[in-house]
Amino acid sequence: MSNPQQLRYSKEHEWLSAAEDGVSTVGITEHAANALGDVVYVQLPEVGDTVTAGETCGELESTKSVSDLYSPVTGEVVEANQDVVDDPSLVNTAPFEGGWLFKVRVAEEPKDLLSADEYTEFSGA
Amino acid sequence: MSTAPRLTALDAVHRALGATMTDFAGWDMPLRYGSERDEHNAVRTKAGLFDLSHMGEITVTGPQAADFLNYALVGDLAGVGVGRARYTMICREDGGILDDLIVYRLQEQEYMVVANASNAQIVLEALTERAAGFDADVRDDRDAYALLAIQGPESPGILKALTDADLDGLKYYAGLPGTVAGVPALIARTGYTGEDGFELFVEPRHAEKLWQALTEAGAPAGLIPCGLSCRDTLRLEAGMPLYGHELRTDLTPFDAGLGRVVKFEKGDDFVGRDALAAAAERAATKPPRKLAGLVARGRRVPRAGMAVVADGTVIGEVTSGAPSPTLGKPIAIAYVDAEHAAPGTEGVGVDIRGTHEPYDVVALPFYKRQK
Repeated sequence: MSNPQQLRYSKEHEWLSAAEDGVSTVGITEHAANALGDVVYVQLPEVGDTVTAGETCGELESTKSVSDLYSPVTGEVVEANQDVVDDPSLVNTAPFEGGWLFKVRVAEEPKDLLSADEYTEFSGA
Repeated sequence: MSTAPRLTALDAVHRALGATMTDFAGWDMPLRYGSERDEHNAVRTKAGLFDLSHMGEITVTGPQAADFLNYALVGDLAGVGVGRARYTMICREDGGILDDLIVYRLQEQEYMVVANASNAQIVLEALTERAAGFDADVRDDRDAYALLAIQGPESPGILKALTDADLDGLKYYAGLPGTVAGVPALIARTGYTGEDGFELFVEPRHAEKLWQALTEAGAPAGLIPCGLSCRDTLRLEAGMPLYGHELRTDLTPFDAGLGRVVKFEKGDDFVGRDALAAAAERAATKPPRKLAGLVARGRRVPRAGMAVVADGTVIGEVTSGAPSPTLGKPIAIAYVDAEHAAPGTEGVGVDIRGTHEPYDVVALPFYKRQK
């Protein structure tokens, strides 16, 4: 498993893409997806919602458990991934690509996001 | 007490397969090898291979083995023929369920009692205590066996290639000694998945050889290794109770809708008889709660311990819940107030983290295989 170098990571196992026109994409890492097992349901924030770094903004259900989804940044949600709502297994099969969760217009980034190498060391994966 | 988990004879195999392991009743057991949904579907449509070596085997022998088990357990074990098995329970004097068991009659004077891993010590102690005054011996055989299960519609064909035993003559809930892949085994047609299948009790030193032989023989038919996660969703779909969830010491078999396992007609006195007679009467006349099946209209998953609600009032509690791969919807088993427990009852929901999600009340099981 390798964590893409161009992304940054939170300690809650979310990834964040570099902003384009102020908008970043958010998903969960492959490490997190593997730990969850088969994801069967995702509840995402809605377009227009304000999300806050480090606070819950949705949930991910797997066979065995439910996990809160945390936002890695503060900002306004501009898009939620309907494909992953319709087919939650995308979180398992393509966590860094088709399994992205939402896009956010970033208002503020926390200072403690990790680089790919730092996250790899942090997660042991 | 040591906190180091116990390892099965197949531990190295699981690690080589990259299994996600989990602590289960003090054992380090495979939770899943890959996708638990794929494992579940393999058992429903092809075949799956399980390591169940955490289950607790207790051997009962002696001239009064049958009389003793009829006293110690709620079922009629004297009435079980040699080579047959019976699903039964061991209860306290007050009728509370200590464990649910499968008991195999291996010989006229020899039985094997298989207890849940989490209750094996309790069952062993209760049997030992209850054996006083009987000409019967209770032996802890937990370390004497590894247990492999092959489950799913392809399992008879796969097993046939590895044994001379008469599998066609082996009925559901029967067991016979034989040889599988050159390994001496007790071959039992039992399981906990709702599918046809076999459980193979072997000496631990033979477990790895048997696992590899089953893996190789089964691969062309689609057999894959399966973990405890899919075992739970398989048994849940099949409406089979799990100790610690649907079965508890504060419930009798009648409360769990399994009063049929209690055989008053066996004549002998048995532990819990008076309390169970009262429980049977109560269940027939004014049951407080009944086990019901729930199927979600939405997609949020019910979990054990969540409240079942109607009109904003708590009317029950979920004992097991999971996303059902076969139904494609979340399902649950719950204890529900009797007036809300009938299939088709409207207005029932589950409180999932503060939101009342609508559920349909259905008859159990959720899934029944076509025979």
